[in-house]
Amino acid sequence: MSNEQEYIELFDQNRSLIEEPCAPLLNKARAKAYTSFKAIGFPTKDEEEYRYTDILPILAENYGMNLGRVDAAINPREIFSCDVPNLHTHQEYIVNDTYLARTEESKLPEGVILGSLNSVAAKRPELLAPYYNALAQNGDGVAQFNTTFVQDGLLLYIPRNTQVDTTIQLMNVLRTNVELLSNRRLLIVLEEGAQASMLVCDHTVEKIKSLSVQVVEIFIGRGARLDLYELEETQNENIRLSQLFVRQEADSRFNHTNVTLTNGVTRNSVNVSLVGEGAEVNMNGLAISDKKQHIENNTVVDHVVGRCNSNELYKYILDDESKGVFVGKMLIRKDAQHTASQQTNRNLCLAKSARMYAQPQLEIYADDVKCGHGSTVGQLDENALFYMRQRGIPADEACHLLMFAFAGEVIDAIKLDALRERLHILVEKRFRGELNRCQGCSLCK
Amino acid sequence: MKKSNNNIFKKIADKAYKYGFISNVNTEIIEKGLNEDVIRLISSKKNEPEWLLEFRLQAYRYWLTLEMPDWAHLNIPPIDYQAISYYADPLKKKKNENKEIDPELMKTFDKLGIPLEERLALSNTAVDAVFDSVSVKTTFKEELREKGIIFCSMGEAVQEYPDLVQKYLGSVVNYRDNFFAALNSAVFSDGSFVYIPKGVRCPMELSTYFRINAAQTGQFERTLIVADDDSYVSYLEGCTAPMRDENQLHAAIVEIVVCNNAEVKYSTVQNWYPGDAQGKGGIYNFVTKRGECRGTNSKLSWTQVETGSAITWKYPSCVLRGDNSQGEFYSVALTNNFQQADTGTKMIHLGKNCRSTIISKGISAGQSQNSYRGLVRVAKNADNARNYSQCDSLLLGSKCGAHTFPYMDIHNESAIIEHEATTSKISEEQLFYCNQRGIDTEEAIGLIVNGYAKEVLNKLPMEFAIEAQKLLSVSLEGSVG
Repeated sequence: MSNEQEYIELFDQNRSLIEEPCAPLLNKARAKAYTSFKAIGFPTKDEEEYRYTDILPILAENYGMNLGRVDAAINPREIFSCDVPNLHTHQEYIVNDTYLARTEESKLPEGVILGSLNSVAAKRPELLAPYYNALAQNGDGVAQFNTTFVQDGLLLYIPRNTQVDTTIQLMNVLRTNVELLSNRRLLIVLEEGAQASMLVCDHTVEKIKSLSVQVVEIFIGRGARLDLYELEETQNENIRLSQLFVRQEADSRFNHTNVTLTNGVTRNSVNVSLVGEGAEVNMNGLAISDKKQHIENNTVVDHVVGRCNSNELYKYILDDESKGVFVGKMLIRKDAQHTASQQTNRNLCLAKSARMYAQPQLEIYADDVKCGHGSTVGQLDENALFYMRQRGIPADEACHLLMFAFAGEVIDAIKLDALRERLHILVEKRFRGELNRCQGCSLCK
Repeated sequence: MKKSNNNIFKKIADKAYKYGFISNVNTEIIEKGLNEDVIRLISSKKNEPEWLLEFRLQAYRYWLTLEMPDWAHLNIPPIDYQAISYYADPLKKKKNENKEIDPELMKTFDKLGIPLEERLALSNTAVDAVFDSVSVKTTFKEELREKGIIFCSMGEAVQEYPDLVQKYLGSVVNYRDNFFAALNSAVFSDGSFVYIPKGVRCPMELSTYFRINAAQTGQFERTLIVADDDSYVSYLEGCTAPMRDENQLHAAIVEIVVCNNAEVKYSTVQNWYPGDAQGKGGIYNFVTKRGECRGTNSKLSWTQVETGSAITWKYPSCVLRGDNSQGEFYSVALTNNFQQADTGTKMIHLGKNCRSTIISKGISAGQSQNSYRGLVRVAKNADNARNYSQCDSLLLGSKCGAHTFPYMDIHNESAIIEHEATTSKISEEQLFYCNQRGIDTEEAIGLIVNGYAKEVLNKLPMEFAIEAQKLLSVSLEGSVG
């Protein structure tokens, strides 16, 4: 497909097919998104936000879309289980962009809704109406595209003062034998005082070109807390365009960790809006790339009100011809006095053809704030390497140790012990070139 | 305390812009508007050779295809390029008297503190005084010529050293570079031309003073500095304009060529009329400044103190082409009232083992917006590049903005790049500490701001540093509340 026009035609031709299985709430947002998608189209390289990731050639490929909701070819429950040792999680599956309903009884606390976005939107539209598409509606052409075509997704709703102790694990599995475009959608709502942690893993099965367009909307109520971990471990053929929108009320906390180990082209955008005083957001990211991997993390933290904290730490290790992009923007609005905000981006370039683009930005309209950012690009410390080699550690090993320590800063911030341990091992294997699959599940083995 | 602060600053705010007077000089101003005939007219007035006219026309035709850029963090009201007169000559009316300088002009420069008579001049500084579109006088020309140094106005250089001008003009800033570079290439008038021959260390500071006087004109000067192998020069630039309700456009180009082992130090104290406290009037300062370190071991250093102009759009850059070359950028940008500034630098590493340093200090007060925008690019073959950038912002008042937009494009694994930025305000403790010791709030703020900017001010030549220090204190009027 050459441009948005073909997607618009595709939509016009299949509108009833797309809308038929969907709840009115989804279709209502769809109509609106369709209009704005038609008006703005896909963002081009001329736009500052997409300067480094040209998505037009990506979207011009001829992908198939599962608009008729044909059942996925596999039931991952039978053959797929994440076997990270001691990681006790509540597992959900999305195959391509279809949510697989659970067969057994959920053990989650009372009132927690975890399931198909479409069915809940059909049954309880009043519950989701204030949330669905409330943030993504202001998004760019990619977000509008997602809302236009999305048919289902996952909903996590946690009522007031409810604490979910078990980590909820969502596995996005891509299994296809044709080049596929999947539209994924996630809606997470934490009411006042709720707490949860969630792990989202991306896996692919076949080495076939595929594109995932994902929109995640997160609402964190007053005093609520969400830990979100995203782990991408796919193939070099896989393209991921992810957009995360977060709205945080007063005294809420959002901890986000994003780890990209293997991928093709990835653009993760995170858009956090702090609308209540005392809110805090901590964002950590780690990207390890080689071959022709392309990883962009694009973050915007919008301090709308004062007395909020935001911290960002993004680290890249780039080898071969890979390309890393970090764009971070902190917007401190006029009334956001007493903001404390820190942004750090550190990058290691290991090969001559590896490229890094860093763009940490501050836009500040309030005077009583403490904001800073730092960004570095460099290599492993010669002296440290020499020191280790002097003591009989081979050069390779010494390099690995240093890189491992460099990545450790991000991984150590992960609060799930089992995941942290597993990531340490994964990252180490990744450096040694032994990692082709995450080895976490029987599907990959 | 806030209230007393307000009073103090209101009081100082009544101090007018010191250089806002208008000189009553007979000036020949050409018709407003811009077209090929106007360009031909400017070219013929300056008696230019054919190639230069062709250069101008090419640039003009290219400019017609461009749109005004809007990517900067600035709010620029639409500019009517046909409502500006592109050439104003204060000397022309007195043709019969062998271009003797109008005494009124002499008085003007005396008033600005730039005496044009050599016996009165600042010791050790040669001055090229540019008034509207024309260079009025260049001092110490003879002394410099003895050493082989050429220091004259651009118009003169075109007549006397056409080969040099033709060789270097547009070689650093191509007319296709950007919107304002194309406009300047089409209509440029006098700036300075400096050529330092091989192995010569320029014995005095060279300086150009720019003055806009005529109404409804723009100033489009062009400066070209060439430092041949093993030479050194320090060049200063200063500028002022009268207070007017209208906005006047200043779109200049500065090109610098630095050859093997040569060093150029370029300092600017920019004090164009910034507009009044309500944001009315002021100069639009849209300039393109770029230097190329062509030779090995060459060095280029930019120092700027930006306090004037209603809108500033300026990125003095270094292209580090020669191996082991060095680029430096030191900047203090102060905005007050409704001023807007989007300024910074570009450090383009092309040669091996190049180093660059960026120190930028932004100060915003009143309702102004102050942005740092910088690029550090390390090309694929620029091995062992080293860059250190530091951009600090100081906010005085809750209605202003301070922004930082650094870009780092690294295409070589051996590069070491560091960037750091902080934003904060003057702390109550610092003020309290000063007050306690009998320093009143107004003085304390001046003291703290000067301390904050010291790292950059220290890089200025002595006389300029003192002037700049005063300027910072005066420009802060009415800012803290």
